[in-house]
Amino acid sequence: MKLTKKYIPFAIALAIHIALFAPSSTLAANEVVIGDIDDMSGLYADVLGPGGVEAAKMAIEDFGGTVIGKKIVLLTADHQNKPDVGSSKFREWADKNDVNMILGGNNTGVSIAMSKVAAEKKIPFIPIGAAGSSLTNADCTAYTVHYAYDTTALANGTAKVITDNGGKTWFFITADYAFGTQLQNAATKVITENGGKSLGAVRAPLAASDFSSFLLQAQSSKAQVLGLSNAGADFTNSLKAANEFGITKTMKPAALLAYISDIHSLGLKTAQGLYLTDGWYWDLNDDTRAFAKRYFAKMKKEPTMPQAAYYSAITTYLKAVKAVNTTDSDKVMAELKSMKINDFFAKGGYIREDGVMIHEMYVMQVKTPEESQYPWDYYKLVKKMKGEEAFGPLSDSTCPLVKKK
Amino acid sequence: MTDIFGIPIQVILGQLLLGLVNGSFYAMLSLGLAVIFGLLGVVNFAHGAFYMMGAYATWILLDVFELGYWWALVLAPLSIGLIGLILERLFLRFLYKVDPLYGLLLTFGLSLIAEGVLREIFGASGQSYPVPEVLRGTFDVGFMNLPIYRVWVIVSSLSICFMTWYLIERTRLGSTLRAATENPKLVQAFGINVPMMVMFTYAGGVALAALAGVLSAPVIQVSPLMGSSLVIVVFAVVVIGGMGSILGSILSGVGLGVIEGFTKVFYPEASNIVVFLIMAIVLCWRPAGLFGKE
Repeated sequence: MKLTKKYIPFAIALAIHIALFAPSSTLAANEVVIGDIDDMSGLYADVLGPGGVEAAKMAIEDFGGTVIGKKIVLLTADHQNKPDVGSSKFREWADKNDVNMILGGNNTGVSIAMSKVAAEKKIPFIPIGAAGSSLTNADCTAYTVHYAYDTTALANGTAKVITDNGGKTWFFITADYAFGTQLQNAATKVITENGGKSLGAVRAPLAASDFSSFLLQAQSSKAQVLGLSNAGADFTNSLKAANEFGITKTMKPAALLAYISDIHSLGLKTAQGLYLTDGWYWDLNDDTRAFAKRYFAKMKKEPTMPQAAYYSAITTYLKAVKAVNTTDSDKVMAELKSMKINDFFAKGGYIREDGVMIHEMYVMQVKTPEESQYPWDYYKLVKKMKGEEAFGPLSDSTCPLVKKK
Repeated sequence: MTDIFGIPIQVILGQLLLGLVNGSFYAMLSLGLAVIFGLLGVVNFAHGAFYMMGAYATWILLDVFELGYWWALVLAPLSIGLIGLILERLFLRFLYKVDPLYGLLLTFGLSLIAEGVLREIFGASGQSYPVPEVLRGTFDVGFMNLPIYRVWVIVSSLSICFMTWYLIERTRLGSTLRAATENPKLVQAFGINVPMMVMFTYAGGVALAALAGVLSAPVIQVSPLMGSSLVIVVFAVVVIGGMGSILGSILSGVGLGVIEGFTKVFYPEASNIVVFLIMAIVLCWRPAGLFGKE
């Protein structure tokens, strides 16, 4: 008797272990698992973060919660802007949870690391908040779909419009990581092609606490345009300091990447007149407003472009799964690259060979406080860009998957 | 135009001034840390969180209670100091006798909670706080446009640093305080309420952090993360100055602000690590810090 009693704790431990870990593989067969790996708590958390999770939940709910007879499950994780955290979470979900598709949130550096895992595990990977166009060029994989926008489209929007309007000389304040330099390079290319010139750049560390020093360097370059090649808190803090130091009187600031959450937190008084490029705006048309209204009811904020794109990307993925009646990665990828995307996010959108989702992009100008009529009435449309104009021709792609003709 | 290492003298002078502005922030924050560590032996990792809460208190005072900057200058440090006082009574006072590591863990945990709660309520991108009316505009000092507000920051924080140093090193209250931490039992025997003094010292250190938060609210976005990036640098400043040395923390705060400012011109990518590099060098050469005694 004594001997058996001794083994009871072990038996319990074993039972718990089985209960916790064993069912995941058996259950997963009846589930379609979607993972969301994003910055949930850092400087980009307002761009997607918890709002992205909400948009994802809305998409799954609207799809009916099931696809091809399987329950749709959403997993979420915080990558804390660390590439190793992002890629190891991806790997863990691939090995333990049989994840079928991963949405990559913000941070190009993290998304590049995750795309390597996607290629290795053969799992569709849809980066959305990350802007770096290398995701579909040097770092492209057969399983990557870059959904909402990229640095090429941002540059073709903002940099082109400003250079065409006489802003010929530029100085950049660049976030010192993959995204910042890719954005700066893309913008420089557009500026030079349109008869302008870059007079230099200063690379500021990510999440720097004070930008005045960098701004002073920008000012002494005597350039006409201050190119802000950064995002989130870095963007808002640098623009705020540019106003404070009177730099905006001599230089025209250009937001190479700004989200509506940034404009909201800066306020129109500071942000007015700013040009920026957006892939989606809540107040574009009736469809966008309908989604925004539902989202606002839940989050008390208007959705950003990446948050709307989360909804659209999940819906598109689920439609593809439904069409091919399997979650087999290769079949789903083939379907994704042949279907048309028509929803409140994109009209006539399609996913190109190199993985870029081609759709219309918009150059916007931030309204003045007088022009703004109602809460969140922040942008006026300056220019609509056709998908091909924004994202550049396929022949420019350096992605090895693209067959050169 | 005169150049130094190929950089125009105007730029150098501008960076020197900006370095002083940032340095005075560092000085004020590291001062609070030094006071708390010097007198209580607590490594207060929540210092960045109190700084952030000071900035949020400023913003809330304006947004909810419509009380402007000058009110915030008084009310924010008082209210955050009160929170510090409560935390000291509830948790921290039980940790004075144990290894300082426990205090560090506790305060680190508290700062994570504070950040998380404020992020949940206000979001990560933060709020804008306007520069007060009288301090708007810029001085043209020849080589740059210096915002009046930044001058105000240098003047006010350096005078607060001086007052704190004077209070602790040159007044009777200060000497009692130092005696109480040196030999609490003996001082208590003279009829002085030592636990109460310690409690107010902690609250005072916290209020200093909150005051730095008020000063920075108009300059940078008031966001839940504003403290966490700063607190590590400030720790390095305290270590360089010598843990617990009040004068050391002030001087090294200002000095490092200036050095960091120059790094931003010569090699901007290194500007967020230069302080740690200096810390490593100082620790090899003088393990107790530049002004530390041991």
